[in-house]
Amino acid sequence: MNSNVWILTFADAISIATTLILATIGAILTERSGVINLGVEGILLMGAVTAFLVGDGTHNLWLALFMSVLVGVAMATVHAILTITLRANQIVAGLALVIFGTGLSQYIGKPVEGKSRPVTIEPMHLGKLSDIPVVGPILFGHDIFTYLTWAGALVCSLYLNRTRPGLVLRATGDAPATVDAQGVSVAMVRFVHTILGGALMGLAGGWFMLARGTAWSQAATTNGIGWIALSLVVFAAWRPLRAIAGAVLFGFTLQVPYTLQGQQINILPPEIVQMLPFVATLFVLVALSTPRARKLLGAPKMLGQPFVRDER
Amino acid sequence: MGSHRLGGATLFALSARQVTKRFPGVLANDRVDFDLLPGEVHTLLGENGAGKSTLASVLCGLYKPDEGAVLRNGTQVRLTSPRHGLQNGIAMVHQHFRLVDRFTIAENVVLGHRNLPFRLRANDLEDQVAQVAERFGLPLDPRVTVGELSAGQRQRVEIVKALYQGAEILLLDEPTALLAPPEVEKLFETVRAMTQAGKSVVFVSHKLGEVVDISDRVTVMRDGRVTGSVARGEADTRKLAELMVGRDIDLSPRRSRVAAQETLLQLDKVGLTKDGIERIANISLSVRAGEIVGIAGVSGNGQRELAEIVAGLQAPTSGEILINGARVNGIGTRKVREAGLAYVPEDRLGTGLAPSLSIVDNLVLTRDRGFLVDRKSALVEAEAFIKQLEIKTPHAHTATRKLSGGNSQKVLLAREIFAAGDNSRVLVVCSPTRGLDVGAVEAVHKLLDEARSSGKAVLLISEDLDEVLTLADKVLVLYRGSVVHEVAGHEVDVEAVGLAMAGLS
Ligand SMILES: Nc1ncnc2c1ncn2[C@@H]1O[C@H](COP(=O)(O)OP(=O)(O)O)[C@@H](O)[C@H]1O
Ligand SMILES: [Mg+2]
Repeated sequence: MNSNVWILTFADAISIATTLILATIGAILTERSGVINLGVEGILLMGAVTAFLVGDGTHNLWLALFMSVLVGVAMATVHAILTITLRANQIVAGLALVIFGTGLSQYIGKPVEGKSRPVTIEPMHLGKLSDIPVVGPILFGHDIFTYLTWAGALVCSLYLNRTRPGLVLRATGDAPATVDAQGVSVAMVRFVHTILGGALMGLAGGWFMLARGTAWSQAATTNGIGWIALSLVVFAAWRPLRAIAGAVLFGFTLQVPYTLQGQQINILPPEIVQMLPFVATLFVLVALSTPRARKLLGAPKMLGQPFVRDER
Repeated sequence: MGSHRLGGATLFALSARQVTKRFPGVLANDRVDFDLLPGEVHTLLGENGAGKSTLASVLCGLYKPDEGAVLRNGTQVRLTSPRHGLQNGIAMVHQHFRLVDRFTIAENVVLGHRNLPFRLRANDLEDQVAQVAERFGLPLDPRVTVGELSAGQRQRVEIVKALYQGAEILLLDEPTALLAPPEVEKLFETVRAMTQAGKSVVFVSHKLGEVVDISDRVTVMRDGRVTGSVARGEADTRKLAELMVGRDIDLSPRRSRVAAQETLLQLDKVGLTKDGIERIANISLSVRAGEIVGIAGVSGNGQRELAEIVAGLQAPTSGEILINGARVNGIGTRKVREAGLAYVPEDRLGTGLAPSLSIVDNLVLTRDRGFLVDRKSALVEAEAFIKQLEIKTPHAHTATRKLSGGNSQKVLLAREIFAAGDNSRVLVVCSPTRGLDVGAVEAVHKLLDEARSSGKAVLLISEDLDEVLTLADKVLVLYRGSVVHEVAGHEVDVEAVGLAMAGLS
């Protein structure tokens, strides 16, 4: 088999991983505060369609991405208000976001359905690094966001483990009453991180559209990647750096069938891979369903539970 | 006692003036006055539900008093939050610890400290925490994860946390409730070290015996009111008990008054080996109708395993268990219950009761008759129990988790002794008065005595030796999974039992 194809596959896997990492880190930040946001898929779709439409209208790449971040922020804010302020069921609110995002992106994307992308995030050429055989194209032929995302995962990990607000964030997911007793507002910590997470998810959608999506297609653009990101959170045990490894692995799995198909090898039909998001969804729901499983996996102890100050 | 005078008035570090605090249906604090001198240990004594925690919570800023004022160094402060209390140097260590299990000790201690730098250097923090801990004689390794710690160690973490945040006044709410005697002694040393460093301590307790030792002054509360305040030296247990309960307490021995009859529970060479370790070795015992057999021993010598084996939660790896002559080992909890066993586990709220269900629901929980529950008769029955056993609750439909320890224990005992019906004639009870106040202890003992008189066979497993000696007709000492001493209740030589408990017989 052509080794170039495999190099390309690896490169693609790493590229796809960018979206996964962004969305996964967004979800990790959210979940570490004790809020679970299942709306990732909906936010990705809305981020993608926003980037497309803004790009289409203005041909300004940065404005397009900025707007998808804003849309992510807006949707996460809705989730935060519903679940933190109004104490709605987090699972239900998250699923509502998915339905909302799917429907609205379909509606506002209808005029441009099938149209090819208006602006493109171009890969960088890193001089000599990119010219190294094999390693060069796999690791050093990506766009700036891929590298920023890796750096972001590192920053996020340092934030969680080495800073005061990170400490408070971790405590909020595990023992909100403790944080509350210290005079820190649990709601505030949760709001901030849910919204920050939403921003990253929005960016993930926008980036995916403009770097990897060739044309806008509501049905095929994100293709369940949001659900995969949610299961990655569990795989990564809520740690940002592990998310990178998981994301690359999933990126590879998502890409391989297409490579094989291109090579006329049909051992793994793409349909199987298209099922992956559903399997991932099931996995997430099962993994988080029982307290025992959650403990085993190292989930934040109070994940999904609204915080009410108990006067006793 | 030293008096600190300033301009003619005694300057108290912290005072409550006519503090009143109401909860729906309860007057938890009724015009309470309380004064704490700098450098003193002031005990707040009272039965469960007397209002001690409420007062402490008002003093630390957690609750706002409905009426009255809190004074710090003689000037009124309106505390809005525990954080605000801390800014005034007041910190409370709660009865239920507020720690993050997954964090290290150091992380727990520094959490919420506002003046922490943005970037945390684990080593520096660990050093700081270790220093504070050492200064007050609280040996702790700051790198250890809190989830692995014992109750006593967790408490030390809470105390270090308060000290690290600059507390001058520490309110310790029932600090000894979860501690073993040697740990209590250590805690007292810490308290002394703190007062020597000029800090003041409010020590909340419902245990008469221990407070006389440690306190400079004891203030007693009952039903939300202060009933008296006694200085060290004037405080003797009888006087305090009366202030606490408002009547005489009878904790004298209770022995069987009926002749013991047929054997109802029998263990024959029962053993349990788990993970290659022998937890229970070759235990044989029998309990007859109308008697209480007491199992004494230091905690962790197989009590839990023994109870679980008899209750059917674990199957023994050797030997036989007979209830009413029928072999029951390994047949499961449900069948064991059907065979006539009632079980009062040590962990009342976790295993014994369903905490968020009401008293009524808990009483009918183990009943197997029929599919539908007759709510009306259940309610009538529950109300009868509430009255008869003097269970303090706003209503029969109150969730059991809202009850104090003594009252929830009464509910559980009521269910296992009476509501279970005549079919259940074997009663296994584990540490039934752990964490209860004197009044409740008396009530529980009375209940167990009644169960015995009504012809039940009672196996009492308790780490409280006094309790075993008070109730049991036969005393067995458990040491490392074996019965090392056996004696009739009225022939007990306390010294011999003590030696057996320490494994020296
Ligand atoms: N948050 C609360 N809500 C309702 N009732 C409460 C609350 N806290 C305490 N109480 C009631 O107030 C009374 C005093 O309770 P507490 O101060 O906890 O007593 P103590 O600490 O002396 O055992 C009890 O009757 C208790 O049930
Ligand atoms: Mg209390």
